[in-house]
Amino acid sequence: MKFDQQEDLSRLPKILHRHLKQSSENNDAIQNRRQFLKLSVGAGFSLGMFSLNADAQVASQAPTGLKPFQQPQAFVNIANDGVVTVTINRLEFGQGIQTALAMILAEELDADWSKVRSVHGNANPAYVDPAFGMHITGGSGSVKNSYTQYRELGARARAMLIAAASAKWNLAPTSIRTEAGMLISTDGRKMSYAEVADIAMQQSVPAQVALKDPKQFRIIGKQTGRLDARAKSTGTQQFGIDVQRPGMLTAVIAHPPVFGAKIKSINDAVAKKMTGVKAVFRMPVDRGGEGVAVIADGYWAAKQARDALQVDWNTDQLELVDSAKQKKQYQALAKTTGKLKYNDDVSALSKASKKISAEFYFPYLAHAAMEPLNCTIEVTGEGADQKAQIWVGSQMPGMDTMAAANALGIPPQNVMIHVQMAGGGFGRRAIPTCDYVTESAQLSKLAYTMGIKEPIRTMWSREDDMRGGYYRPAHLHRAEIAYDDKAKILAWDHVIVGQSIVAGSPFEAFLIKDGIDGTAVEGMREPYQVPMRLSVHHPKVNVPVLWWRSVGSTHTAFVMETLVDELARNTKQDPVAYRLNLMADKAPRHKAALLLAVEKSGYGKRKLPKDQAWGVAVHESFETVVAYVVTASVKNGKPQLRSITAGVHCNLAVNPKTIEAQIQGAAVMALSMCLPGSEIIFKDGKVQQSNFSDYTVARMSDVPDIDVHIVPSADAPTGIGEPGLPPLAPAFANAIARLTGKNLRTLPFQLS
Amino acid sequence: MIKIDVNAQEKSVNIAPETPILWALRDSLGLTGTKFGCGIAQCGACTVHLDGQAIRSCVTPVSVASGKHLTTIEAIAADPIGKVVQAVWIQHDVAQCGYCQSGQIMSATALLKSNKHPTDQQIESAMSGNICRCGTYQRIRTAIKAAAKQLA
Repeated sequence: MKFDQQEDLSRLPKILHRHLKQSSENNDAIQNRRQFLKLSVGAGFSLGMFSLNADAQVASQAPTGLKPFQQPQAFVNIANDGVVTVTINRLEFGQGIQTALAMILAEELDADWSKVRSVHGNANPAYVDPAFGMHITGGSGSVKNSYTQYRELGARARAMLIAAASAKWNLAPTSIRTEAGMLISTDGRKMSYAEVADIAMQQSVPAQVALKDPKQFRIIGKQTGRLDARAKSTGTQQFGIDVQRPGMLTAVIAHPPVFGAKIKSINDAVAKKMTGVKAVFRMPVDRGGEGVAVIADGYWAAKQARDALQVDWNTDQLELVDSAKQKKQYQALAKTTGKLKYNDDVSALSKASKKISAEFYFPYLAHAAMEPLNCTIEVTGEGADQKAQIWVGSQMPGMDTMAAANALGIPPQNVMIHVQMAGGGFGRRAIPTCDYVTESAQLSKLAYTMGIKEPIRTMWSREDDMRGGYYRPAHLHRAEIAYDDKAKILAWDHVIVGQSIVAGSPFEAFLIKDGIDGTAVEGMREPYQVPMRLSVHHPKVNVPVLWWRSVGSTHTAFVMETLVDELARNTKQDPVAYRLNLMADKAPRHKAALLLAVEKSGYGKRKLPKDQAWGVAVHESFETVVAYVVTASVKNGKPQLRSITAGVHCNLAVNPKTIEAQIQGAAVMALSMCLPGSEIIFKDGKVQQSNFSDYTVARMSDVPDIDVHIVPSADAPTGIGEPGLPPLAPAFANAIARLTGKNLRTLPFQLS
Repeated sequence: MIKIDVNAQEKSVNIAPETPILWALRDSLGLTGTKFGCGIAQCGACTVHLDGQAIRSCVTPVSVASGKHLTTIEAIAADPIGKVVQAVWIQHDVAQCGYCQSGQIMSATALLKSNKHPTDQQIESAMSGNICRCGTYQRIRTAIKAAAKQLA
């Protein structure tokens, strides 16, 4: 089976259509919407006009109504040697999607798993997320949204192989079965898939295909090693940063120290004279700011010259954020009612005898993926023949291509993106402003105009990456809770203050409702049946913010699960029993995950040493419920996790081996949030942190073993990349509170 | 021109002697298995062996390597201990994004070369200079113990 992957980029994702059609323009959105209009229309094609060349290839064989992402030709390639290559429509950055989706397709294809490989798709329309209608890896939706898609793709390809064998053997399709890459006839003939792969692709694509009963699965649900394990253990895996092109030069950009600042004056005399330096020039950067590009032979020369630049920045008219002052502003705001999300009666607060009044603070957080941001662009040709190739680890290759096309001044159909394996991302590579791709494209365009025709790899130092913005926004929560002797919650008045992540982005249209960013409140109240008034303030701040692994649940889970635990503690109730009671007859998956973690941890049965305590939390995000039961202690005034047991309800576990890894990894990232130094702090508008020396991430010595258990289920799978993060920090805090009597309401923890 | 011995081959690189080994490997020699993570010896992604010792190549000038033997992830399988470490890494599915794993494997191999029976404490202390943002620490620990068992 062969499919020539054509680069058709001229199809606007559905999401952008919706966005562009919005008639009610609020102030925040106008600028961005204009930018998108410019980006799409200005790039040389009109809205709604689709080029069909990629679809046309297979349209003749596909039944009417079958979409490009439903047709196997773009997803399955069976080579002569029997190797089955599955094209994956998501970015692989650790979550194991290149293995999981390959397993799902191979299952219905009846492939020989030992011969299955996988590769990244690109910005071809076939590789959109079928639920979002755009190219995106995010929201822990890769398996969830493509489970049926990849099963059907495998089943369709299998049906086409059977049709080909049927023609070759002159036998009815019903007399042919498949097994591990082989076609087997009832009269005893056998043939490998490879032998008829080419003919199979001439067959018509069936619209309706029967899928297996999950009881028949022999690949899905099995502990399966990652397809990229060998490459990633031998140094042979290529990441975006490893791309090498003939004659390639390296660029490093001096970004303004305050977001949006422009250059007042510059002295680049020393930098320009340094060995290997090819060019130094001013260029536009993200958020209307200005920067200085240095192009040189290799990263070291470029970085040295960049660091030798003397730039005086103009920060007039810009807000110079100060984290301490901002916290005070947020505290004041939290005492007022914001836009209402829930509006239950909270009048009981004025007369209740038992109350909790609590304030929580969460700082800005950097994603700090191990691979610093980078993007390589090769421009060729002139005028109408100008083309560009881009190598980048992108969670949204469609939008990144459009942004690059716009910045390069090259029509999108002449811009090809090669999605690269990424060294982590955690949200930073799904960026509505396409900041680092846009900057790389602007740099490349300016260099090309100056006569530098070599491919250019733009690289960010660790410091650039950490200070470059797009943080998990700082949040402040304020809660007033009235309760009775048995901790029945009589009223819960809650205010959240924090920047909106999606305001002004194309996601605003469907993620902001009644002025409230849905990502700021996700995880609030659920799964408990409590009377809550919840309101939200979204201040505007000169700090670019972004989703960060598990998004709103990074703070809402902490607030909910520590407060519920405090209510149990204040009334001397068991925190597990109290939670189950609050869930009433709802939340069966929460209960199953929690009880599994409880059972496996020995909670309630095992006696802990005096210096240790249990901590519990449960939270649903991305449709998956994760519960943690932890043990913790305090050593030299420092909270320490001693053990972690997880109960996970993600419905069908496609690859339990990866699920275990994702939960363990998310728990470690959550633990990082609790450690001293895990915060981005602003002073005079500048980020104070710079590298792993002053921005803490968990190391091996911080991390106990994490025992992961999955609730058995055959229901369609839900998310797994993010849901392991939210409940870990509150479980840890609850254990410390039980041990010390001190409620931890700030991340990172402040015990003294 | 600086001559260095990389993976038992003599190479010449035309760069300033103060250039870190990392960039000689990655940008001059095209050996991209060794990774750039922090540039200040804080994350361990750039770990290579200099005469068998684990060093952070992002802060070690290439001139230091002159007259010594450099070993990178690309050739660690030639070392009997490195070969076992790589095998257990694959077997235990350690990698997630995989970006830090070259450095992790180089640190783990250096540990096992000097100490065939490391205690948990010794593993922690040898590996705590290597950050994994995906959080694969538990599988790294398990893999190192499995390698030690095989090598016993």
